[in-house]
Amino acid sequence: MTRRLLDNRNLSILVILGLFVIMFGYGSFAYTGFFAVQNFLNLFIDNAYLLILAVGMTFVILSGGIDLSVGSMLGLGTMIASSLVTKQHLNPMLVIVIVVLVGTALGFFMGCLITLFELPPFIITLAGYYLARGLCYVVSIDTIAISDPVFQSAAHSEIHIIGNSFVSPSAIIAVVVVLVGAYVLRFTRFGRTVYAIGGNEQSALLMGLPVGRTKIGIYALSGFCSGLAGVVFTFYTLSGYALDGKGMELDAIAAVVIGGTLLTGGSGSILGTVLGVLVYGTIQVLIVFQGTLNSWWTRIAIGFLVFVFCALQRLFETRKEATAVRGASRTSAAVAGGG
Amino acid sequence: MPALKRMSLGRLVWPLAALGCLLLFNLFFTPNFFHVEVKQGHLYGNLIDIIKNAAPIMLLAIGLTLVIATKGIDISVGSVVAISAGVVAILLGGDLGGVPLFPVPVAIAAALIACTAAGFWNGILVSRIGLQPIIATLILFVAGRGIAMVLTNAMVIWLYVKPFAIFGQGYWLGLPFSIYMVAGLLLLTWFVTRRTAIGMFVESVGINPTAARFSGINAKNILLGVYVFSGFCAGLSGLVVCSTVMSADGNNAGNLYELDAILAVVLGGTSLNGGKFYLLGSMIGALIIQTLTTTIYAFNVAPEISQVVKAFVVYGVSLLQSERFRRSVSGMFVKGRATA
Repeated sequence: MTRRLLDNRNLSILVILGLFVIMFGYGSFAYTGFFAVQNFLNLFIDNAYLLILAVGMTFVILSGGIDLSVGSMLGLGTMIASSLVTKQHLNPMLVIVIVVLVGTALGFFMGCLITLFELPPFIITLAGYYLARGLCYVVSIDTIAISDPVFQSAAHSEIHIIGNSFVSPSAIIAVVVVLVGAYVLRFTRFGRTVYAIGGNEQSALLMGLPVGRTKIGIYALSGFCSGLAGVVFTFYTLSGYALDGKGMELDAIAAVVIGGTLLTGGSGSILGTVLGVLVYGTIQVLIVFQGTLNSWWTRIAIGFLVFVFCALQRLFETRKEATAVRGASRTSAAVAGGG
Repeated sequence: MPALKRMSLGRLVWPLAALGCLLLFNLFFTPNFFHVEVKQGHLYGNLIDIIKNAAPIMLLAIGLTLVIATKGIDISVGSVVAISAGVVAILLGGDLGGVPLFPVPVAIAAALIACTAAGFWNGILVSRIGLQPIIATLILFVAGRGIAMVLTNAMVIWLYVKPFAIFGQGYWLGLPFSIYMVAGLLLLTWFVTRRTAIGMFVESVGINPTAARFSGINAKNILLGVYVFSGFCAGLSGLVVCSTVMSADGNNAGNLYELDAILAVVLGGTSLNGGKFYLLGSMIGALIIQTLTTTIYAFNVAPEISQVVKAFVVYGVSLLQSERFRRSVSGMFVKGRATA
């Protein structure tokens, strides 16, 4: 039982959960007003877009790929949404659908290049990064404000859940994305194929799994998430700005890595990613409460956490390899002895 | 031997052709593009500007060429540029009268040492801990800009120390000083990699690290070395960037430079799959990118939109490098001939 609980996957979840509890606990002791249900809910409210991006990124990284375009795609999403709503006066619901479709289409396009021509995801999504950011400026160089009532109400409404504590519509969207993502990953054929590709693409192919289709689907899904995150981001800023989401791809990757997903693919979970985002958010809140450190310390802390978690991953891997080698040599010795 | 020569020249043909096309386009469509004049003993003109503006990317690309040849990548170089600028700025200080806090050579040495140390950190992560290069350098990519901002206390520090301006604005024998820095570093790197066995070691690590190790090459130290060198190059690049605008802006210094530098190396013919590398090709790649940017400026298009063009250049180049794509295209031709 204890061994079951402490197998690698659960262990990394436990470590990250422990880290989150320690950090939140430290904040509660050190700063008055830190420990509150609302403060916990704020983590979801303030990081909803990051949560959505990170869910898409989890699929990509699980399959052994990477998507560097998500930050720019989020920016493109805010630009398209704001310009269609403010300048073209389109129905806001229709606009949201368009933004999400554009994101999905761009992701699909990159997925096709990566899969059909066996191009490295790193380079193709890097070009996607340029492309989406450039398209932002094609839409407009200036900030476009949104005064549409639907967006306004999405930005300001508070949905009360426990007593006086509330969540925002964007937090609810994020939680829905998380739940759907977790379900798809765990209980559908698509999700299991993602794990198989990340574990070993060649084997997945030989097993007869639809590797190509799934890979294209993964990048389309990540594009979908970036588009949706763009919409959610406009709920915060009520505007579109061409630099929105700058550097956010790395925040998303960092959250996924801290959440225990192996960068080589094949192992990880949405739950870990959610915890990763919560840790990220808690660091930010801690630095705000601390007061004297400037907000750039967040980046240093995130960089440090990524380092620690990657190093730990490597440690586990090398230990597993070592035991595998030892096990193999023991078996071959036994076989030789038996012969 | 002649065959070898033809091969290495053949590799340079494509980037050179691309650069030639861009220049030819400008010859016809951009008035005065090739106009070079002498003002106060310096050469001025679009062509000089292109080389001058490409210098920071060229410096980065030299280091990155070796990293990519080992099948690695260094996405932290842009942040390391910011660190370099930050270190120089705090050591020189923002004194309006131009009196530096520390002597200029000390500040420069400190910046280069800091950046080399950053490269050393990347190298240790890749060669000793065994992280994938993109992840190892991701750490400094994220944290590096934070470090630069913390160094400068999140403010833009303006410099008034006259002698320091030479790196970005100085001229020597009529040409911008930064060109000599690029040429010097290029020559040195070329000598070390091509006149000693080190270049071959680097390539062999990129092609097959296990085989390289079995043939007695210390693959770990080669890997460590290329990342250290890349950090050093980023330090030099940071000096030029900082000196050009005479300020250190931790947020914007070197922003997105890693992408341009990687693109320059790839355009120059070095494959991201490691192996053979082409230093001169990377330089041409950097010139292509800068010429493209300058051309877009000349047409009064917002410079940011040039990113769309860059994206399609990357797509085109990577398709050309794709085995699958080339096979399917040549397959199309063969089929066409068969039916005809």
